[in-house]
Amino acid sequence: MKTVSPFLEIDPQSDHVLVRFEGQDLSLPLGENLAGALLVAGVMPFRHTPVSGAPRGPFCMMGACFDCLVQIDGMTVQACMLQVTKGLEITMPAARGAADA
Amino acid sequence: MHNADLIVIGAGPAGMSAARRAAALGLSVLILDEQPAAGGQIYRNVDRASAARNDILGKDYTHGRTLTEGLHHENITHLMGAVVWQIEDGTRVAFTQNGKGALAVGQRILLATGALERPMPLPGWTLPGVMTAGAAQILLKQSGIACQGAVLVGSGPLLYLIATQMVRAGVPPLALVETQTTGDLTKSMRHLGGALRGWPYLVKGLRMLWDLRRAGIPRYVGAKAIAIEGDQNAQAVTFKIGKSAHRIACDTVLLHHGVVPNTQAARSIDIPHLWDGAQNCFVPEYDAWGRSAVATVFIAGDGAGIGGAKAAALAGEIAALEIAHGLEKLSEPARDDTARNLRKHLAAERAARPFIDAAYPPYAGAIAPPDDTIICRCEEVTAGDIRRFAGLGCLGPNQAKAFGRSGMGPCQGRYCGLSVSQILAASNEISLDDTGYFRIRPPLKPVTLGELAAMDVPDMNEVQN
Ligand code: FES
Repeated sequence: MKTVSPFLEIDPQSDHVLVRFEGQDLSLPLGENLAGALLVAGVMPFRHTPVSGAPRGPFCMMGACFDCLVQIDGMTVQACMLQVTKGLEITMPAARGAADA
Repeated sequence: MHNADLIVIGAGPAGMSAARRAAALGLSVLILDEQPAAGGQIYRNVDRASAARNDILGKDYTHGRTLTEGLHHENITHLMGAVVWQIEDGTRVAFTQNGKGALAVGQRILLATGALERPMPLPGWTLPGVMTAGAAQILLKQSGIACQGAVLVGSGPLLYLIATQMVRAGVPPLALVETQTTGDLTKSMRHLGGALRGWPYLVKGLRMLWDLRRAGIPRYVGAKAIAIEGDQNAQAVTFKIGKSAHRIACDTVLLHHGVVPNTQAARSIDIPHLWDGAQNCFVPEYDAWGRSAVATVFIAGDGAGIGGAKAAALAGEIAALEIAHGLEKLSEPARDDTARNLRKHLAAERAARPFIDAAYPPYAGAIAPPDDTIICRCEEVTAGDIRRFAGLGCLGPNQAKAFGRSGMGPCQGRYCGLSVSQILAASNEISLDDTGYFRIRPPLKPVTLGELAAMDVPDMNEVQN
């Protein structure tokens, strides 16, 4: 995971909630796009591919590429199609996780 | 279960303007859209974007509000976060919203599914930190997020637009690495007559270039042999201009060489598609009103061929007129009268298109990528693999699936389909129309067992009766 993110908020909002990514506490803006919020928080990669284990992160931000997959509540979901809610427990999908999306 | 005269899939410019026109003519309209707010990708989040964001994004963006406002009509129901996964019999649509499967039935369906970034397979394009330029714009529109120190790679007016927006946001890109050549520009000149009719677009383009020059953004034009270096994340872009090699260190690379119609939904119901040589992509077949081979299904907007937001809105309205006429809410003369005016504007909107398409062709190096370049991001199938399949007698993309799983991952070929078809066509020396495209089958987006289980079963029976 990187610590310095190249992604900046232009008009940061104040209402933040706590979520966890791979066991690490993150304070993210409530209701904002989850993939965007994770990028700003310095999260990268989001997952590793089931085929070669290569690192991946968001590519299209519009729900088409499935490269932003993360695991929440046992389900593999597209981070770019979700909003930040309180207490999300996010992990990287298991190596074969993409299949049950 | 939802019932409506017209189901519109997609709340971008085409879908919004069609919905408004149809509603005004007395049709009940149901809009299904994946995003949490209306606007499509071009006007994404336009209702909620802050003043600071609007200043950066400009008037062409805030114009979208005229369309989103039109959705406040008693005949329109707009379901947000609704992911369509199946269309049946030209009248039934299955979708998921809030973790629950649901069904909608309409007399007509309008596919307004918009565009996708043209796949741009380059060595290293799957690395974290490499995104489409469209993705960077979505981050800006949706979340007010700008990326620092990015390099923009590819061709087309969208690159200039994003670069100027980044300059205004205070995070200018490190450089533009552009793939079009002066030869392309010369060739495009023969379309200038048309472009002059579309002169507002050209003036905008020139203004953007001027802004970039003033901001001191380096532009490298005619780039070849482009690759992205990195191990865990993008670290640099390398390329050649003529004989000289360049390397720009950066951790964000934004790719763009045009957009192409998102044809997944249309293909899933077997609407025929043809190769469009000028736009370098497949486009669905439809008549002057947008009616497809499935008589109850219409197509409008960039999903029907790239024309941009304004053209999309006009095409959506034209389709709505014929839909209302077919459902006996509008007389033929009234339909034709209104359509005449809309078509005039549509022609003017499209006038600059041939010039733009010729001046900013797709990057040849990404149409025929080096052998070790990943084509299918999901299953990590390379260009060399596809060529090898061709050597073994593979003629079409559906056969290629059997050879090596390309297009079988979760994105269902959205970011490899065109590349697979083009590489096979080139290797086999047969036309794109004869090569064809992946057969698309539902579900269009993954559905979980839980979402299906939460579906109201009585609804299914009602439909079947
Ligand atoms: S970034 Fe492409 S699906 Fe989320």
